[in-house]
Amino acid sequence: MKKFKLDWLVLPLVGVAVIVGLWAVCSATWAKDLPSPAKTWESSKPYIVEPFAKRGEMDQGILRFTWYSLVLVAQGYALALIVGTPIGFCLGLSKAFTKTFDPIIQILRPVSPLAWLPLGLVLFLGTGKEAGTYGALFTIAVCAMWPTVLNTAVGVRAVPQDYLNVGRVLKLSRWKMLTKILIPATLPYMFTGFRLSLGIAWLVIVAAEMLTGRPGVGGFLWQEYNALIYEHIILSIIVIGLVGFVLDRLMSLLEARFKSA
Amino acid sequence: MAADAGNPKSALRNPQFPMKPFLEISRLGKVYPSPSGQPAVIVENFDLKIRKGEFITLIGHSGCGKSTVLSMIAGLTEVSSGAIILSGKEVVSAGPDRGVVFQAPCLLPWYTAFENVMLGIDQVYYTADREEREQIAEYYLTVVGLADAMHKKPAELSQGMRQRCGIARAFALSPKMLLLDEPFGMLDSLTRYELQEVLLDLWQKDQKTALMVTHDVDEALFLSDRVVMMTNGPAATVGEILEVTFPRPRSRRQLLEDPAYYALRAQLIGFLEERSHLRPGRPAGDPGHLPARPSPVPASV
Repeated sequence: MKKFKLDWLVLPLVGVAVIVGLWAVCSATWAKDLPSPAKTWESSKPYIVEPFAKRGEMDQGILRFTWYSLVLVAQGYALALIVGTPIGFCLGLSKAFTKTFDPIIQILRPVSPLAWLPLGLVLFLGTGKEAGTYGALFTIAVCAMWPTVLNTAVGVRAVPQDYLNVGRVLKLSRWKMLTKILIPATLPYMFTGFRLSLGIAWLVIVAAEMLTGRPGVGGFLWQEYNALIYEHIILSIIVIGLVGFVLDRLMSLLEARFKSA
Repeated sequence: MAADAGNPKSALRNPQFPMKPFLEISRLGKVYPSPSGQPAVIVENFDLKIRKGEFITLIGHSGCGKSTVLSMIAGLTEVSSGAIILSGKEVVSAGPDRGVVFQAPCLLPWYTAFENVMLGIDQVYYTADREEREQIAEYYLTVVGLADAMHKKPAELSQGMRQRCGIARAFALSPKMLLLDEPFGMLDSLTRYELQEVLLDLWQKDQKTALMVTHDVDEALFLSDRVVMMTNGPAATVGEILEVTFPRPRSRRQLLEDPAYYALRAQLIGFLEERSHLRPGRPAGDPGHLPARPSPVPASV
């Protein structure tokens, strides 16, 4: 296809228009309960034009909700990296460790966040009111850490033997071998894992908030469904998507920096 | 004296080891187990003695196991049989007392040339203060010609400059011995000549013992005191040893004008082309084909 001026802007807008058109047709014909685009905009306006308003616990500007979600994701994600990276290194370095834990990792990895959350809640029942928060953090961390674990392990295994030989000739201590050779050599792989993990952490937050009823963009979505305000479901979906996209872009930038270094 | 170096038996008349050798390799062997049952014998019964300060090159066809021998001396590959004794101590693992120059320079890409050299210096001169260690790194990087580029990352350096850094890193460790694994194999011939001279210069200044693997006949003759020719694998071993007695410091020009040079060269190429498949100490496959030679292994002792 020929390139033309502003095609980078015009073509994506055409894509959006097609989807919005489909949406309008659906809501006008067979899905009568689906709010039309215009109605959605009308109803969402107060949440968008005053994005940081706080009118009540579950009635706040959309960016305020998003911020709550992001804070929780950041905590769960940090936990995932702190736990996942060392596990990845152990998997990459030790065959015995891999033989011992790889099967169980492969079994736990595909388990859905919806399955982990109740377990997280049970795990932290003793903390009383905070059980929801801890349960959500647990779920985010458990679900989000796998890409970090696996990519780090692959990266460690892919460290060129030449670099390790340099370390052996210089008789580097284990610590120096790790900090001067293994970690720098693995960093590009680690960042690929970090990026994928962040995507998953953001997926999980919505599920976690829906089930725990925490204020946040996912909690808001579920509440508005129960309150029959369907326009806000669509608003939430769009915001969740946009935030996920921005997070992924940011991580890609970071990743590219480390890959070129 | 260069004239009689053409005679392969000169080693017999010329006792080389009045004292204990600096590096002694005896009956060295490397065997890899293979899943099919028949283990792969790479190197067998490899014997070599090297005097302190000698420059030895190991030459042979590619894949014959010369790099495996070097790697075992470096302690990077486990020894299957036999022993390697370096200044009275058996080699059991890798260590900075043997400076290795790898074929690909193996610089760590996330560090500058200077930091790559410092990594080794920090390990060896841990009692010296920071300033002294930096001076050592700067000295060697300057000697190899990287004075202006020492704070660049390997990606910004040419292949030749990277190998200069590799040489600086090996010498900066102040090792007992230098092990060079086809260090100039990836360079164009002009750069190779330059670096050979850089290497010879440093070797002479620091009075190191050096063992270098190469498959370049001229490189071997220009650099070494003795050229050790390896037979083809599998079960490669020392075939013949050639004395190269040109006076030092050598100039490439002088060498090329010396008729003895061509005699040595012919002998080296003759071995590589015609005799490298023969097994010393075993009956040759076709005795009528070539004159039988005395096994040069004990002869060199």
